[in-house]
Amino acid sequence: MASNKDSFGRTLFVVVGLCLICSVLVSTAAVVLKPIQQENKLLDKQKYILEAASLINTKEGNVTKADILSKYNQYVEARLVDLKTGEFVDGDANAYDQRKASRDLSTSSIPENDIASIKRVADKAVVYLVRDDDGKLTSVILPIHGYGLWSTMYAFLALEADLNTIQGLVYYDQAETPGLGGEVENPKWKALWNGKQLFDEQGNFAISVTKNPAVANTVYGVDALSGATLTSNGVQHSLQFWLGKEGFASFIAKARNGGLS
Amino acid sequence: MADVKELKQVLTGPIINNNPIALQILGVCSALAVTTKLETALVMTIALTAVTAFSNLFISLIRNHIPSSVRIIVQMTIIASLVIVVDQVLQAYAYAISKQLSVFVGLIITNCIVMGRAEAYAMKTPPMMSFMDGIGNGLGYGVILLSVGFFRELFGNGSLFGVEILSKISDGGWYQPNGLLLLPPSAFFLIGGFIWLIRTYKPEQVEAKG
Repeated sequence: MASNKDSFGRTLFVVVGLCLICSVLVSTAAVVLKPIQQENKLLDKQKYILEAASLINTKEGNVTKADILSKYNQYVEARLVDLKTGEFVDGDANAYDQRKASRDLSTSSIPENDIASIKRVADKAVVYLVRDDDGKLTSVILPIHGYGLWSTMYAFLALEADLNTIQGLVYYDQAETPGLGGEVENPKWKALWNGKQLFDEQGNFAISVTKNPAVANTVYGVDALSGATLTSNGVQHSLQFWLGKEGFASFIAKARNGGLS
Repeated sequence: MADVKELKQVLTGPIINNNPIALQILGVCSALAVTTKLETALVMTIALTAVTAFSNLFISLIRNHIPSSVRIIVQMTIIASLVIVVDQVLQAYAYAISKQLSVFVGLIITNCIVMGRAEAYAMKTPPMMSFMDGIGNGLGYGVILLSVGFFRELFGNGSLFGVEILSKISDGGWYQPNGLLLLPPSAFFLIGGFIWLIRTYKPEQVEAKG
């Protein structure tokens, strides 16, 4: 046996056999575990939506799965919005994959002024409407994304029912430098956003991520991340893009005129 | 079947006497990256132990059939498949931790401990002993990882396994955390310190001067 194991035929047999066995093993694991993984991903997303709306506090210990599911189902309603018209459109918002749609040529377009470097923008976006126990609208959550230093950063921007006051900006998917740009996920920095205003009294876009402490102390400014200028700029550009006319501007305008009640 | 004494030697030897990190200086890269918290260090230890043990087992099972010309590729294939399986299992059952470990689970493939044990031990030892050797080396890796993680989390973040031990000034307590401990270089100092301690206690580990 051992004497001819280095022959050409044996080598080929061992390698091909091993590859077959390993590929079966790997694909079985991937297929069998896929439903559980997808459930996890969905749950993770719902957790961040609830966090943006301050319905749960992830800092205080572990939030249970049942807690997330029940709160999400009770308070949050996902709706599809056509970004051009700002109108709600029919469709299963929970199953809609905006990232996939933004890669498909038929469901996306190239933005005219691509300040957030996102290359393509999907025609439809999901917004999450959060209502309290009496059915009163308490917050509107808009998914935004934009390029930072290394990566596209995905976040949920939670606004109060006036669609101007920020409740929270929660980044949930980014690959910036840990400790510098990665601090967009730092709870302390996230807390800075609470209560800030997006637009000034004339309705112009006003919020800025800034190094200037005089601006950062007003309701229109948030202190930039130190050591992460490009990530901070990325956050600013994402907000600017998604609240602009190629983002949610028409939706916000319609919603303010009573489109959500 | 090997006798109990030899088995015990294979299993416990790598913990202090022949520690993969402290003596063999293997797998240091991941030891810097995943030890800011005990929780990630523990999961990483379990993942690496599982991969090393099973790759040793499978490689040992077919060791007489592996053609020597492609043996490294064969080992890599087995190790890589196991790592993917472990990664998938973590994503399914420990999603939050698998997000924190991110690429480091995938990088177990390149962890020198796994490959080193496969090539140095499993290729010439029966399956049962190879499996035990894998577990032993995983434990040796784990001992260092958990000790480093203990110091880094306790003094860097004031907590252990996420439970607050020293209340931080930022949360209204008295403890000023040592920020350096949260950065990768601090693990170098800690691992260096451990190596010094172990070699003071066991002078035979000191390399002969050339």
